[in-house]
Amino acid sequence: MTAVARVYRWEIAKLLAQKRTYLGIGTAIAVPIIFVVVLVLQSGGPNDVPLGRYIRDTGLAVPFVVLFFMSIWGLPLITALVAGDIVASETHNGTLKTILTRSRERGEVFAAKTLATATYTLTLVFAMGLVGLLAGSIAWGFHPLTSLSGTKVSAGHGLLLLLASLAIYALPLAGIAAFGVLLSTVTRNSAASVVGALMWALLMQLLGVLPGTESIRPYLLGTQFEAWHGFLRTPADYAPVTRALWLCALYIGIPLFGAYLVFLRRDVAGE
Amino acid sequence: MSANGALPLEARGLRKRYGHVVAVDGVDLTVHSSDIYGFLGPNGAGKTTAMRILLGLLRPDAGTARLFGRDPQHELPEALDGVAGFVETPHFYPYLSGRTNLELFAAFDGGDESGRIDELLELVELRDRAADRVGGYSQGMRQRLGLAVSLLRDPRLLILDEPTNGLDPAGIRDMRALIKRLAGEGMTVFLSSHLLAEVEELCSRVAIINHGRIVYEGALSELHASATPRYRLRTTDLERARQICAGEASLRELAVDGDELTFSADEQTVVGLSRTLAAAGLGIAALVPETATLESLFFQLTESHAG
Repeated sequence: MTAVARVYRWEIAKLLAQKRTYLGIGTAIAVPIIFVVVLVLQSGGPNDVPLGRYIRDTGLAVPFVVLFFMSIWGLPLITALVAGDIVASETHNGTLKTILTRSRERGEVFAAKTLATATYTLTLVFAMGLVGLLAGSIAWGFHPLTSLSGTKVSAGHGLLLLLASLAIYALPLAGIAAFGVLLSTVTRNSAASVVGALMWALLMQLLGVLPGTESIRPYLLGTQFEAWHGFLRTPADYAPVTRALWLCALYIGIPLFGAYLVFLRRDVAGE
Repeated sequence: MSANGALPLEARGLRKRYGHVVAVDGVDLTVHSSDIYGFLGPNGAGKTTAMRILLGLLRPDAGTARLFGRDPQHELPEALDGVAGFVETPHFYPYLSGRTNLELFAAFDGGDESGRIDELLELVELRDRAADRVGGYSQGMRQRLGLAVSLLRDPRLLILDEPTNGLDPAGIRDMRALIKRLAGEGMTVFLSSHLLAEVEELCSRVAIINHGRIVYEGALSELHASATPRYRLRTTDLERARQICAGEASLRELAVDGDELTFSADEQTVVGLSRTLAAAGLGIAALVPETATLESLFFQLTESHAG
């Protein structure tokens, strides 16, 4: 086992011992379940949401509809909850000096923390999607899906589209996480980092709806939260997907690189 | 002795400034193999800042540090090979148990030390509480867990910051006994303290720091020997004796203490003084040299260099 893998394993163990991790993953799992339970008990539907009116046709529609609901605020919030804490909690607990006086390079510790944050982020997205699919399929069965273009897509193909959509959605979410890690490293304060990462998400949303921002709109992080919609069109629209791929590489890479440099050089005093 | 013969710890000209405050100002330290080295100073004198630099947690503005010949500023984590310890009270993950914390830090060092963990928990008397979360530990228990976590690394140099802070009297006694035992087994110990009695009991060599500067470094015995002895004088006429003493140019720090006078002077001055007193018709009831305590030496050094 390499050094980073060993530290990563313990970063995961630390996350698994903290309440906020369960709060985040619990929310990601609870939302689709609550969604399905309410729709089973009520006769109305979320008709104003894309795919909302097909929600009782197939369980496959449920994770997509939940993702529409959660993509802008819900998931960024619970992602920031852990990402903003990942370095700041070491400051808060005074453990940074304890881990940095062992036989590990600072870069290895940082890499393990980044990987643990990525693991948590992916877990959120896929747990929400798969629990939604499962709960929806129990309620309404696993049937062909109606795409955003109004054509029928076979259930098997729909499942592939779901996995691809979750993966692409996870990229801008990782962008929020990366910004949370940067703030966590720089501010050394968990609450400030969680709120700051959310403010970053808010700013990106805000820029997207202001008049006069049309030319930069395709490049904003907020816009990438909708890139996965391209998979739900027939034929699939890959342009927003490709753009999300390279743009998110920057939205993830730049904050992480900054955080890495700060983490490597910072003075550890009183923490 | 280390393999390459380098000193366990060496610092030259360490300097660190925070804004207007110079926390550490030209600190030199030399720790030889198997020393129990005391780093002594009042609170806020710069001990912890210097120790952070030594452990590579802080970048000095100037100066160099070496641990067994390696630079903790540029050669981490290798510079910490054979080195373990803490600055300030050891901190752990409060939501993990004592044992899990030990396992975590063992993994950070790359070794599977599960066999040694029980042994170390026994040594620091935490075996009964090992399954409890560290969040519920007292400060003393954290100190002891800190020692266990340090010993996990099998250090040749152990760096401890106020290791008896937060311990009860029995805990203090046990901690000091353990430090002596570890030193007896050949470990070099560098410990900071503001407790003079602790340093006097444990240490062979000391550095005294005040306002960020080293005001003394060397053997404790030499420090004692270097001090100007203090004398205690009781005569038949206090006021007259005071006047005579005040007239002696080479007699310093004259003070009245009850019906006695105290002062610092060398032996020659004292011989002269006894003749003068006798010639003036005073009876000498007592003229006694006092062994300088570390405390008085400490105050001499720290207060005369104040500012």
